[in-house]
Amino acid sequence: MKIHPAYEMLRPGKKFPNVWCPGCGHGIVQGAIIRAVERLGINRDEVAMVSGIGCSSRMPVYVDFNSLHTAHGRALPFATGVKLHNPKLHVIVITGDGDALAIGGNHFIHAARRNMELTVILMNNNIYGMTGGQYSPTTPIGKKASTAPYGCAERDFDACALAVAAGAVFAARGTVYNAVELDKMIEKALTKKGFALVEALSPCPTLYGRLNKEGSAVKMLQTQKANTINLKAAEKLTPQELEGKVVTGVFHDGEAQPYTEVYQQIINKAQGR
Amino acid sequence: MSKQIKLWQGNEACAEGAIYAGCDFFGGYPITPSTEVAEILAALLPKHGGKFIQMEDEIAGIGAILGAAAAGAKSMTSTSGPGFSLMMELLGYGCMAEIPCVIVNVQRAGPSTGLPTKGAQADVMQTRWGTHGDHPTIALCPSSIEESFKLTVKAFNLAEKFRMPVILLLDEFIGHMREKMEVPKPGELEIYNHPRPKVDPKEYQHYGDGSSVGGPYAAMGSGYRFNITGLTHDKHGFPTSRLDEIQWKMDRLRDKIDRHLAELTEVEEEFLDDAEIVIFSYGAAARSSQQAVRQARAKGIKVGLLRPTTIWPFPDRIVTDVLKKCRTMLVAEISQGQLVYEVERCNKSNTKVVPVLRYDGEMITPAQILKAVEEAQK
Ligand code: SF4
Repeated sequence: MKIHPAYEMLRPGKKFPNVWCPGCGHGIVQGAIIRAVERLGINRDEVAMVSGIGCSSRMPVYVDFNSLHTAHGRALPFATGVKLHNPKLHVIVITGDGDALAIGGNHFIHAARRNMELTVILMNNNIYGMTGGQYSPTTPIGKKASTAPYGCAERDFDACALAVAAGAVFAARGTVYNAVELDKMIEKALTKKGFALVEALSPCPTLYGRLNKEGSAVKMLQTQKANTINLKAAEKLTPQELEGKVVTGVFHDGEAQPYTEVYQQIINKAQGR
Repeated sequence: MSKQIKLWQGNEACAEGAIYAGCDFFGGYPITPSTEVAEILAALLPKHGGKFIQMEDEIAGIGAILGAAAAGAKSMTSTSGPGFSLMMELLGYGCMAEIPCVIVNVQRAGPSTGLPTKGAQADVMQTRWGTHGDHPTIALCPSSIEESFKLTVKAFNLAEKFRMPVILLLDEFIGHMREKMEVPKPGELEIYNHPRPKVDPKEYQHYGDGSSVGGPYAAMGSGYRFNITGLTHDKHGFPTSRLDEIQWKMDRLRDKIDRHLAELTEVEEEFLDDAEIVIFSYGAAARSSQQAVRQARAKGIKVGLLRPTTIWPFPDRIVTDVLKKCRTMLVAEISQGQLVYEVERCNKSNTKVVPVLRYDGEMITPAQILKAVEEAQK
């Protein structure tokens, strides 16, 4: 039997089965990340995967990289320390919508502002999965959650717009339905020198789906396909036509001097070089 | 090399001590009265090829130093009361994940925003019990500028050896006091760097060498791929809910301190041999206590000083022994009496324990302590 080359990037044995529910989108994102690392030929010893807390943030246990599972919302400060101390490491940050945008929201904007060289994979399932379905900063207004039994009263964040406004060099939104496109986005993000965000829309059938009567995992993927529209196609539509759609694609692909390079110049200056 | 004599502040001596110890990473957020530590390291670290980063808050500050330490740095942050409170969750993380680093808390008067520019010694219980869950703490308390330097070096050594965050508990009085000190020459003070593993990466266990202290462990990116988590984990660092593994981890955290109490505990004693009255005092308060002891001795009162420089783990055995031999123990501290209870806990001989306290933001004076000594003498 031929084994996929990415297979050896997993930690078999004790670490599986994983905690994710059947039909959860997170496994597809994990696949996309290891395929991207494999295609880019990055040495596993040089990858550090840093996560916060939540369903998605369990990923570091399953992949055979240097892995650091931190506290809720704090993946970015830890990752900042890892990268700044050892700039040779490719630091991949695994985070969720609650982790990155609620408790870790301040870290998110500041890591982007500094242009820390981090590849941030934000798995957005529009809900708090691990704690049982409470609303998150990306739960759409009116949608149900265990703490929003009458529908969410808050407006939701656009993580990509937020990252770009804060100074990220790359921001893209993909879906687990469009896994091939997601692979490419993550691969591109990994090559960027600076703060690169890939927001992966990843359905949570167990909680968001059930609370909002979205049907089975397969049905949720079909809904994802129907409700998302590519940036290029979206540009041709009026705001009315875009109502209720989620736009995917690469929103920003720019350049800015990365933090560790700027800091190296500081070191040179301090040392009179 | 000729002697290097400096007129330093406690905060300055602490920053210089960090460089001496080999600190190469600082992450933190400015807060009075600790700011000089950060400011000086912002200037010194890049000169030595290290990194300084001012994070967006204290939580990020300690997060960054834990990340850097996981990647192999000798790292440090500094803060004061309210900032220290914010760090509690990740301080516990550092203990659970066994990541060495140094946290300097230059205590100021609280509670809350309190008296931001004034001193106190009221974070001693926060230092011990501020985090959630069970784990031991190491905290060192200098009483002078020279000690601020030396105990910073020691804090790094203990962090490396016991593989956990170590707290340097300064207070504003020491932090901002200027005093002459002789700077130790390179090589004069011991610098401990924890051993790196030599085993084949396939055999490597991040927590599993069986040693009673930290044991050799790898840095991220050094060819050993391992997992670190704040979840209860096995010897490899992978989350576990197996009862025997939970027990093993919790015992390991406790035992690495409990089995080295003698090595960890450090106290200074003055005139204890024939003392009928003993003053228990640490940090800035011990300065006034020392003065009071000398004045009382000049008056012929048999009084001595017990001054711990390691406040956690608490020097139980020493305090118990001293209590047995004296008539009265005065506990002089700049708080409403946080250590009085600890001393009482060690009291197995019904010795009289008397608090001598001040908590209005000002320094406790020798006169106040001398008065208490004279009363105890009656
Ligand atoms: S609760 Fe939702 S997000 Fe969490 S693993 Fe299950 S399906 Fe995935």
